[in-house]
Amino acid sequence: MSTVTEASTSPRGEGPAPTPVRQPKRASSAINLAQLVAALPMAVRKLDPRLMWRNPVMFIVEVGAALTTLLAIVEPFLGGPARSGGGDVPASFTVGIAFWLWLTVIFANLAEAVAEGRGKAQADSLRQTRTSTNANLVAGYDEAADAAAERASVSAVSSADLTLGDTVVVTAGELVPGDGDIIWGIASIDESAITGESAPVVRESGGDRSAVTGGTRVLSDRIVVRITSKPGETFVDRMIALVEGASRQKTPNELALNILLASLSIVFLVVTLTLNPIAGYSAAAVSLPVLVALLVCLIPTTIGALLSAIGIAGMDRLVQRNVLAMSGRAVEAAGDVTILLLDKTGTITYGNRQAREFTPLAGVDNDELIDAAALSSLSDPTPEGKSIVDLAIETGFRNPGTLDAVVVPFTAQTRMSGIDLPDGSFVRKGAGSAVLAWVRETTPVDPAVLDDLNATVERISELGGTPLVVAAGSAAGARRILGVVYLKDIVKEGIAERFAELRSMGIRTIMVTGDNPLTAKTIAAEAGVDDFLAEATPEDKLALIRREQEGGNLVAMTGDGTNDAPALAQADVGVAMNTGTSAAKEAGNMVDLDSDPTKLIDIVRIGKQLLITRGALTTFSIANDIAKYFAIIPAMFAGVFPGLAVLNVMQLHSPASAILSAIIFNAIIIVVLIPLALRGVTYRPAAAASVLSRNLLIYGLGGVIAPFLGIKLVDLVVALLPGF
Amino acid sequence: MDLWFAVLQALTLALVLALIYRPLGDYMAAFYQSSRDLRIERGFYRLIGVNPRSQQTWQSYLRSVLAFSLLGVLFVYAIQRAQAVLPYSLGFPAIPSGLSFNTAVSFVTNTNWQSYSPDVTMGYSVQMLGLAVQNFVSAAVGIAVAIALVRGFAQRRTGTIGNFWVDLTRGVLRLLLPGAVLAAVVLLAGGVIQNLTGFTDVTTITGATQSIPGGPVASQEAIKMLGTNGGGFFNANSAHPFENPTAWTSMFQIILMLAIPFSLPRTFGTIVGDKRQGYAILGAMAAIFVVSLTALTLFELGGAGTAPLAAGGAMEGKEQRFGIIGSALFGTTSTLTSTGAVNSMHDSFTSLGGMMPMLNMMLGEVAPGGTGSGLYGMLILAVITVFIAGLLVGRTPEYLGKKIGPREIKIASLYILVTPTLVLAGTALSFAIPAVRADVESTSIWNPGLHGLSEVLYAFTSAANNNGSAFAGLTANTPWFNTALGVAMLLGRFLPIVLVLALAGALSAQDTVPATRGTLPTHRTQFVGLLVGVTVIITALTYFPVLALGPLAEGLQ
Repeated sequence: MSTVTEASTSPRGEGPAPTPVRQPKRASSAINLAQLVAALPMAVRKLDPRLMWRNPVMFIVEVGAALTTLLAIVEPFLGGPARSGGGDVPASFTVGIAFWLWLTVIFANLAEAVAEGRGKAQADSLRQTRTSTNANLVAGYDEAADAAAERASVSAVSSADLTLGDTVVVTAGELVPGDGDIIWGIASIDESAITGESAPVVRESGGDRSAVTGGTRVLSDRIVVRITSKPGETFVDRMIALVEGASRQKTPNELALNILLASLSIVFLVVTLTLNPIAGYSAAAVSLPVLVALLVCLIPTTIGALLSAIGIAGMDRLVQRNVLAMSGRAVEAAGDVTILLLDKTGTITYGNRQAREFTPLAGVDNDELIDAAALSSLSDPTPEGKSIVDLAIETGFRNPGTLDAVVVPFTAQTRMSGIDLPDGSFVRKGAGSAVLAWVRETTPVDPAVLDDLNATVERISELGGTPLVVAAGSAAGARRILGVVYLKDIVKEGIAERFAELRSMGIRTIMVTGDNPLTAKTIAAEAGVDDFLAEATPEDKLALIRREQEGGNLVAMTGDGTNDAPALAQADVGVAMNTGTSAAKEAGNMVDLDSDPTKLIDIVRIGKQLLITRGALTTFSIANDIAKYFAIIPAMFAGVFPGLAVLNVMQLHSPASAILSAIIFNAIIIVVLIPLALRGVTYRPAAAASVLSRNLLIYGLGGVIAPFLGIKLVDLVVALLPGF
Repeated sequence: MDLWFAVLQALTLALVLALIYRPLGDYMAAFYQSSRDLRIERGFYRLIGVNPRSQQTWQSYLRSVLAFSLLGVLFVYAIQRAQAVLPYSLGFPAIPSGLSFNTAVSFVTNTNWQSYSPDVTMGYSVQMLGLAVQNFVSAAVGIAVAIALVRGFAQRRTGTIGNFWVDLTRGVLRLLLPGAVLAAVVLLAGGVIQNLTGFTDVTTITGATQSIPGGPVASQEAIKMLGTNGGGFFNANSAHPFENPTAWTSMFQIILMLAIPFSLPRTFGTIVGDKRQGYAILGAMAAIFVVSLTALTLFELGGAGTAPLAAGGAMEGKEQRFGIIGSALFGTTSTLTSTGAVNSMHDSFTSLGGMMPMLNMMLGEVAPGGTGSGLYGMLILAVITVFIAGLLVGRTPEYLGKKIGPREIKIASLYILVTPTLVLAGTALSFAIPAVRADVESTSIWNPGLHGLSEVLYAFTSAANNNGSAFAGLTANTPWFNTALGVAMLLGRFLPIVLVLALAGALSAQDTVPATRGTLPTHRTQFVGLLVGVTVIITALTYFPVLALGPLAEGLQ
């Protein structure tokens, strides 16, 4: 078995350097008073029952508010408020309850409006890029005869009229009229309108960086673009819809939670509706406003009010990190992911491998190898090529400056690059098997040399490096292998800790690489991934995802190339790089505008945080009911059964003040928790059991204790009101 | 001294149940999963035309349950109406239609609420052919449904949940029948009567004549307890010396009630392939049981007032041979399982003590609950708990590898809606409809005031939760109570069964997700605590207002 490897000088590295990771400043995550005030008109507009109906919990509150308002208006004509639970009620009681119930509804709407308002600002700035521009539509584009569309007739049309499959020409200074793929040319493009990143990026036809987005500006050169989106369905359109929350659909977990909340509300509705007939038997019937107050206090208003804000804010947090999720479902799925597929290059290791060592074969002069390797790399623009030259210079190689030689670039077919020198000799470097085949074209290889080569290659592979074999050919035609360059993969700092963190969250990481198994194993061990897929083809990747999914796992991956598209579509969470092709972006369910593959880890965290925030506020909301009972039950019946005063553990001032205080607390807690809903609860990666303990302590126990204190405090103030 | 005795008694019980847990749980897991039929079973399957190897979808399983139960109701109703012409009827007349309906529903739903005095209403033929048969099959139906749910958790992408006819047949033939025979022998040895002699008139020492009833009591008593039925042969139920002669037979009856419900978690753990899950469910059941028992014992021991002072304890309504301790344990057991048998009158417990049996039933009969129904009730609560806990750890909630999504939550939410709605609506309607209220107040309630309210509340709680115990002091043989309680029993039994089977179907159609470190572990103390918390809080929040109006207001006076 030959251990000569299949490694190549990374074709990936030949594109422009990835845009640097940036901490975007799209919106600050803290909310301020101005935001609240700005959202107020919207909150009032949302009182429309046709809109409220969608949130059953708050709808009940609104109906209760309307009912008590009606009672407050009618009462004075019926001789004041009805007696309740065998006791008198202050005249202003019903008005107070009605007022605070309306506030409760408005506070709930406010939470949603604030969350939406943040997206709106973003949407407005995006909308400016969507203003229609002129497009140079090519009539009858002929790919074979006139790829550059220089002779075809071009007509100016509005970008709004472009449809799928149209071909347009865009020259420097113009806006790209719609989403598409470059089919001819190369250009530098300013994508700041979309990504917020001011450094221009290079886009070119063919390969994985051919996609352009409508609304971005071409800074140089001339490109021919085929439009890949329908009007009104462009990337920017979708982004606007997303950040505005217009296309927000309830996710499965949100749906399930809504069902649970609705059913709890129904239980409490039954409790309230059946109370008076039963209490009537003991002559302790309570008045309608008190019943409404009891119902509102019991139904889970806190979570009901904040639920949709939590969802919108979760999407918003992703947008702040420059990730666009095509659906909330994908964000939620991110929290459930159990397997992460990560590309080695760029994610686990730095994209550029560094030359570390020249190893000549027996009988080859070290300098000869260095010269050949350096010469063949002089015109090689990849980071690997540059690092070979740098290492050569360190060991005494002198850069000859200009060189009158023919550069043979790397292609996927030859898997080699090199130069043809003016004196008729050649130098080639590349994957072992490719170089070996090249040498054998003219010259047989001595078995001893082969053994030597294999041993060297294997040694480098075991070190986790990529062996690059260098060979030379004389003008006469004799070719021989000189030696091997050791290209070292540099594992990113701190990546092992992040994987350990993921493992503690129950997520396995699988490294995907084109390297041979030996190299892959070493890097995998160094980076601390759980598993690796070596010599991976797109088909292997797809098969791996399918296999893991059949075992019940949820798989997340990143990808940018067109050949990643099937795997991106198959994965439960597929994050496409913005630099990637349209096909990849279409296939994935998220797009990372920064094209930073490590962001997958952040996405998982946000997905979890979203669920935890919902769970935490639900727990808090239900736990609150205990204290509210201790406020309201003795207040309701203490008039008839003085013994129940024992339950008044908070020593609230009077029955009326107790009930009103509970309602006021119930309303205020919503406003207090809006920032938490928007920010999300703190999440520290840990095993599920310890996360649960921590959250139960804070939101469960906290939810039991907080209202006892809160209601008591409110009661101290309410007691000062006349009549209470 | 009393307290030490209570602790000793509880420890003895715990020891016996611990010894039973593994063998009985494993035995049930084995025979419900077995693919071999006994010869008598094969004959029965041929007779009813069922292929024992065919698997049913949840809809099909449900249709079988409902059809079988409907037949049961019709048969028990018919046999009561025909009592006058049946042999061994002791000369009792046909039973009126309202009471017949109530009783038929009551025994088919495993409630065994008795709106009548059995010793002066039911002849031997009705007792043995109608009621005793239902004692066996209604218990077997409960276990079958629970096993179907467990299969839902265990199976991957099958969509089927077993075969009802096989589960029913095996439940009766391999578990309840041999168990009841064994138990009957023990009870006979303990002094429970077993004869067909009818009434014996005797002249007492003082010269008065007394009519002493006989009957096949031991055989009925065994399945009454083992199947958590609770319908007594005599009106005084297990307080009657012919049903429950001594303190040790009382203890034996308690063990019978708890044996199957407390062992089913083992069966569950074994079938889903993770015995720790069974221990977790057992832990939650046991924790609630211990707390409830402690509370009732303390309330009763602390009973204040002139009568308790004179008697040296709150002995009203309790038998001297059982005492406060033995009565508290029996009462707790009987109301925390769905048995409803009594060896003391719950109506005469102290005010707060009387609240405990009510609370026990309000918990939804899950600690450990009735045969089968306790396990499936607890598993539904576990699903709700997992959902909340799952969100708290940031994962789509999953239980035993099954995702708890909108469909599962919808089913579980509806389940926890059913009994509170029945209890509260039933109680409220008793007072809301003027004609009914007049009848309830004049005919049914013997103790007006707060206690009367508690009696009505207790009746509906008992019926909707299929417990069957009565607070006494309430005349329930009226058109309103016979009908309303009958409806409550029917809905309280079969709506949950519909939902449980739907859940089983949804789960069995799902694939299983492998557990990771990010998965919430559902076998640890933490989860057990949370499950208990959710169970108690849901119950407390639902019933706090009515309890405040009834026993709490009474107890805190």
